[in-house]
Amino acid sequence: MSKPYYDAADLRKFGKITEWNEELGTKFFDYYGKVFEEGALTAREKSLIALAVAHTEQCPYCIDAYTKDGLERGVTKEEMMEAIHVGAAIKSGATLVHGVQMMNKVNKLDG
Amino acid sequence: MATQSLQKLGSNLAESNKQLDILSNGIFKNGELPTFKTKISETAQFPLKAKALEILQINVGYMCNQVCDHCHVDAGPDRKEIMTRDTMKRCLEVIKNSGAHTLDLTGGAPEMNPNFRWFVEEAAKVGIKDFIVRSNLTIIRANKKYHDLPEFFKKHNVHVVSSMPHWTRGKTDKQRGNGVFDKSIKALQDLNAVGYGMPDSALRLDLVYNPSGAFLPGNQAAMEKDFKKALMEDFGIQFHNLFAITNLPIARFLDYLIASENYEDYMYALVDAYNPAAVKNVMCTNTLSVSWDGYLFDCDFNQMLELPVNSPSKHISDFNKTLLEGRDIVISQHCYGCTAGAGSSCQGVVA
Repeated sequence: MSKPYYDAADLRKFGKITEWNEELGTKFFDYYGKVFEEGALTAREKSLIALAVAHTEQCPYCIDAYTKDGLERGVTKEEMMEAIHVGAAIKSGATLVHGVQMMNKVNKLDG
Repeated sequence: MATQSLQKLGSNLAESNKQLDILSNGIFKNGELPTFKTKISETAQFPLKAKALEILQINVGYMCNQVCDHCHVDAGPDRKEIMTRDTMKRCLEVIKNSGAHTLDLTGGAPEMNPNFRWFVEEAAKVGIKDFIVRSNLTIIRANKKYHDLPEFFKKHNVHVVSSMPHWTRGKTDKQRGNGVFDKSIKALQDLNAVGYGMPDSALRLDLVYNPSGAFLPGNQAAMEKDFKKALMEDFGIQFHNLFAITNLPIARFLDYLIASENYEDYMYALVDAYNPAAVKNVMCTNTLSVSWDGYLFDCDFNQMLELPVNSPSKHISDFNKTLLEGRDIVISQHCYGCTAGAGSSCQGVVA
């Protein structure tokens, strides 16, 4: 019998990490909460950034959480898809820009 | 998109006791989640008691020109429950003597009741402070005979509260039916044209937002800002306030939650977001709901679940303010919908 590594129901238990280290857990959640407050960026903008990063980090919990969070804030599916394309563009750009390193190396070794 | 009521479809969820069974069994019966009674008992808020009556909400009938996916009334064109003029007359007597400062007419589409205009004219004479009609907007454009409703509302200084699930066509039509968005926009423009919703105008126009799926409403103030910006930029529309309302797990929304396998997650979300501060101001403590046939309920949701007031005064014909005040509110697990986050009521957030 195999069990999946990820269980959607575990997301609700996230807060429990504090039970095994209260000081660090509490500091983390205080920080986390503060980060997402309305500031120079709106909470809605932050939610979309979080959604894009959730995808680049490929965190299934974060994807569930920030898809729902976006819906709650009235974010449309078009906005969500555009946001994750931004993440994907940076990811692929980050891969491809290393192509210059490859080209440099080829030019040096086999120029 | 729904086209018929659950009642017409013969769904067993059209029966209120079936809905109550679902809400009392499963995750609440096996103790996975606490019942609403247990939860409010933790902060010594059980039993919930009715305070002095402030808002009289009258449901003048379940007939509606729309069949919205998540309607807690299970309203639609096929519903025939309509308040008679006789019952309206009894309501008028109560309006005069109840001491309530707000009269709130709802449905269905209240305008479809053949005696709607007569009732509004008579009720407006009583001089109640805030006279609300909950209009779905599209009714104003549904038929020529309704085109003058904005003028009619203005004449009687009615406070218009209208549903608008989103500022985009896609999300609105998905929830409320094809073409609803365009008609709603036109109706809002008609209302603006006679002065409704304009800054500093005494003609109040508020919008109601409820989520289009199995998630809770976001921050009311932030949503209001987004709605105002988009409706102004795209259509030049103005309104006063946005009320963010949580979908309660009853009727068509319950049917949707079960069919889409979201029921348990949604109940978890409601219980996780439980806010004891919202309990203090839940609308049932200052509101009475009157059904199309004159019976009294703690709220429109209890009306749909056929949970009558816990008082010897059960009908508009034997309305007794003294007997109703201090009554124990009838609760079940659907009540979590009004206590999640900043709370929810027909007037928006409560905490």
